[in-house]
Formats: sequence, structure tokens, C-alpha cells
Amino acid sequence: MAEIKEIFINSDNLETDEFKINMGPQHPAGHGVLRLVVTLEGEIVRNVDPNIGFIHSGIEKMCESLAYNQIVHLTDRMDYLSAHISNEAVCLCVENALQIEVPDRVKYIRTIMDELMRISSHQLWFGAYGMDMGASTALFYGLRDREKILDIFEETCGARVTLNYNMPGGLMFDIKPNFQKQVKDYIKFLRKKLPEYDKLVSGNIIFTERTKGVGILSLEDCIAYGVTGPSGRASNFSCDVRKHHPYSAYPFVKFEEILDTTCDTYARYYNRIREMWESLNIIEQLIDNIPEGDYAVKMKGVVKLPEGEYMQRVETARGDFGVFIVSDGKKNPYRVKFRSPGFSNLFAVNKMSKGIKIGDLVATLGALDPVMPDIDR
Amino acid sequence: MTNEELKAYLTKNFPEAEIADGPQYIELTVKPELLVETSKKLKESSETLFDYLFCLTGVDYPDCMGVIYHIESTKFHHEMVIKVKTTNRTEPVIESVRSVWQTAKYHEREVYDLLGVKFSNHNDLRRLFLDDDWGFPLRKDYTDEVRIIER
Repeated sequence: MAEIKEIFINSDNLETDEFKINMGPQHPAGHGVLRLVVTLEGEIVRNVDPNIGFIHSGIEKMCESLAYNQIVHLTDRMDYLSAHISNEAVCLCVENALQIEVPDRVKYIRTIMDELMRISSHQLWFGAYGMDMGASTALFYGLRDREKILDIFEETCGARVTLNYNMPGGLMFDIKPNFQKQVKDYIKFLRKKLPEYDKLVSGNIIFTERTKGVGILSLEDCIAYGVTGPSGRASNFSCDVRKHHPYSAYPFVKFEEILDTTCDTYARYYNRIREMWESLNIIEQLIDNIPEGDYAVKMKGVVKLPEGEYMQRVETARGDFGVFIVSDGKKNPYRVKFRSPGFSNLFAVNKMSKGIKIGDLVATLGALDPVMPDIDR
Repeated sequence: MTNEELKAYLTKNFPEAEIADGPQYIELTVKPELLVETSKKLKESSETLFDYLFCLTGVDYPDCMGVIYHIESTKFHHEMVIKVKTTNRTEPVIESVRSVWQTAKYHEREVYDLLGVKFSNHNDLRRLFLDDDWGFPLRKDYTDEVRIIER
């Protein structure tokens, strides 16, 4: 009896061995096929090793044997929630390399679609994150509002998710006559609905208890790991490509870069909600001023880039997305590299989750908004 | 700093490196043995402060293997490119820059996985996407036996 008492008093004897468990590859909170090898000590997370590549599709290799017009259609299979923005990155890269200036009309429409895409991505993420945290109503709120954006997309270009609306030199088609009205109605609609998100989730005590003060990532670590997008800006990392290296119609609009200094999971969550409001402001500034003009410039049938190396960065819903093309002057690129924001963001999860409880790991991972095809490519 | 100022600064401070004007960025080509030293200087110097590595790419050039680092300063928002090349194709080794930019650790794993460039001083150089017995698919001499890429 005395021995047992001694064990309990001397807490050193109570230490458990570290052990490893697999979270995934088929885990509902993995947002795709992601396997995390989690080293645990009791229920405290000591190390997280992400294992990726389950849906590696070799897109970079495929690009080497395709023409530039065809590459555009592969990019929306990567980050399918920011399909239009990734398409635009390739188009901008090709246009900049050829020094083609697209008409203002194209720039405006592209930017409006970008922001609609960003809102739709954040809405799906809001729903999925709610599900991660056990709030299934959030999913229906998110999908309900996203559906209307997808309807606008469908009417504009025929597709709902993988838009393929961009092509080097402009857009595939002009906008439909009631595009502006639809978008304006949507802005009104979402302005009414967004406060509901706050009511349902943001102020919910169960949600805030699980997210506030969890998964801290300091500004220095954030820059060192290259964590960008809303996740980076939640740590006060001013990394908005739209602000610092503006493209398309972003130089014409006034908007605020959403920054936060709390660096925790809740900040990452709330940053996205605030970003939706800001996206609405951007669309509102553009929608009434779409200039008249062509929706595309005439391009040669076979696009050949001059020899050289070209980089184009855009801001997707997940962060700093880059397209890097090495051209040797032929009709297909010599090497294409996609700098995906999710890739850099994912590997910071180890830093964020050291010392937290296993139950909070799902919350920390979900707040990074990983999209697996974007990470695996 | 603008590209011109950056170029002047680099010419003054890195006399042994090759400086070229790319279409967008100033490209600094350094010898493999000077890479880490140069990166550290560029990151820590108060005039440049290149603290954010946003892209790390491996390229199989016709005559050499190259690794390209796109870096940006989060304070000044200027960007530049560091390039390092090695002619040894069978066993290319380049020193890891993970001590300078933490994110390089994972990007280097990707380059090792797809191009077979080894990074010395890398504490965790495992394959990232593919199996251990897979070839290096982004090399130009890679044979696509199962016809996975081209049908």
C-alpha cells in the first residue's frame, strides 16, 4: 500500500511513454487524404509529422508536355476551391512574359470573379470547420450561401467549381447581361447573412473555448515557415499579394488588409470571416464600373514564350500562390513549378500543435484550411 | 529597394557572384559552397532583410542541375532570385538553407523527391510524395514506363 502511495506522490514515476498514432489518411477532419503521424505523451501532442502524396498527380510533369492554353485547365484541379484564381495566375504569367496588356474590362471581371471565388471558398471552409468542431448547422449555413455564388458562376461560364473562365489573353466569354444585377443582389443577400455566422459560431462559448489561445504561431515562425493567406495574417504577417504586388484590378480598388495580432486558431478563423466582408467591399467598388471593351485580345493559335524564367504570384483563398515557368522558347514549357500556399502552411502545423491536447489538433489543422490536391499537386 | 538599387548593392557586396537581369527579378548565381553564407548575409543585412523564402524550385537544365530560391523581404517587399547550379548529375549535392529559412526544409524534401538533388546538412531528407524505389520524375531523362504522364 505504501508503495502505491509513493507512486502517486512522486509524479516522476507517473510519466507515460511517448507513442505514435496515425491520424488519417482517411480521417474526416483531414480535408482530403492527409496522414499525420502524431507523437503523443498521454494526451499531449509532442510532434506532428505530416505524410502527404496520396493524391500526388504529377501536374508539374504533365505541364511539361502541354501547351500553355492547356496548362490553365490543370491548375483548377489543384486548389479546386480557388480555381479561378489559380487559372488567372497562369494567364497573367503568360501575358506578362509576352508583354500583352489585357483590356480593363478583363481585369475588372477577373477581379470580381476572384473575390466571389474567395468568398465561396471561405464559406465552404466555414462549414467544414464547423463540422470539425461538431457544429453541423454551420455546414448548412455555408453551403446555403455558397450555392448562390455557384449559380452565378454557372450562368457566367457554364461550370460551377472548375471554372476555366480565363485563358491567356482574356476571358473565354463575355459576362451575361444580368451578371451585374445578380452580383449586386448577392452582396445585399450576404450582408444580411454574414452576421448569422457570428451569431452561430464566432460568439459560441464552446467554439471560443476550444480555439482561443490554442495553436499559437508567432510572427517570426510564421515568416520562417512561409505561412501565408488568412492563416499568416492572423499572426500579423502582412503578406497580402493583392496589396504588395497588385495584379488585375487590385490597383484600382481600396481595401484593407485584414491583420490580427493574437496569432491563435480563433484569429485564423475570424480573419476569414472578416475577409468575406472585405471581398464584398472590393466587388462593390468594381461591379458598377466595369468598362466597355473587348473581353479578350487576339492571341496566336500557338503561344510561345520567349526564353527566360517567369514568376507570377497571386493571392488565393489559402495564401500566396505562385506560378514559375522556365521557358526555352518552345510551345510547351521547360519546367513549371506551382508554389502552393497549402504546402508551406501545412508544415507549420508541427510548430503550432506542440504541447496542445490531441482534441485540439483537429481545430488547429482545420484553421489552416488545407486542400489536399493543392498540397500534393 | 528597386531592382537597380538592389543590383548596385549586390555588385558591391557579392563580388564573387554572377548577377543578371531577369525578366522580373535580379538573379544572383552563386557557387554551391557559398550559398548558405550568401543567404545568411542577404537575410540578416539591415538593408536587404530577405526573410521570406516564398518559392524553392529544382530545375533540370540541359547542362546542369539547378535550384532556384525566390526570396522576399517582408519589410521592404522587394524580391530577388538566388540560383545555384551543379554539373554533377549523378550525385548532385547542394547545402541545405534550412538554417536560414525554416520552410526550405520541406521544399528541399520535395526537390529531392522529384529531382534527386541531395541537400547536405538536412536533418530529415526523406521522400515526400513518392515511394523510395521510384525514379526522379522531373528529370529530363526519366522514363515513364507505366505511361502515367503521356498516353
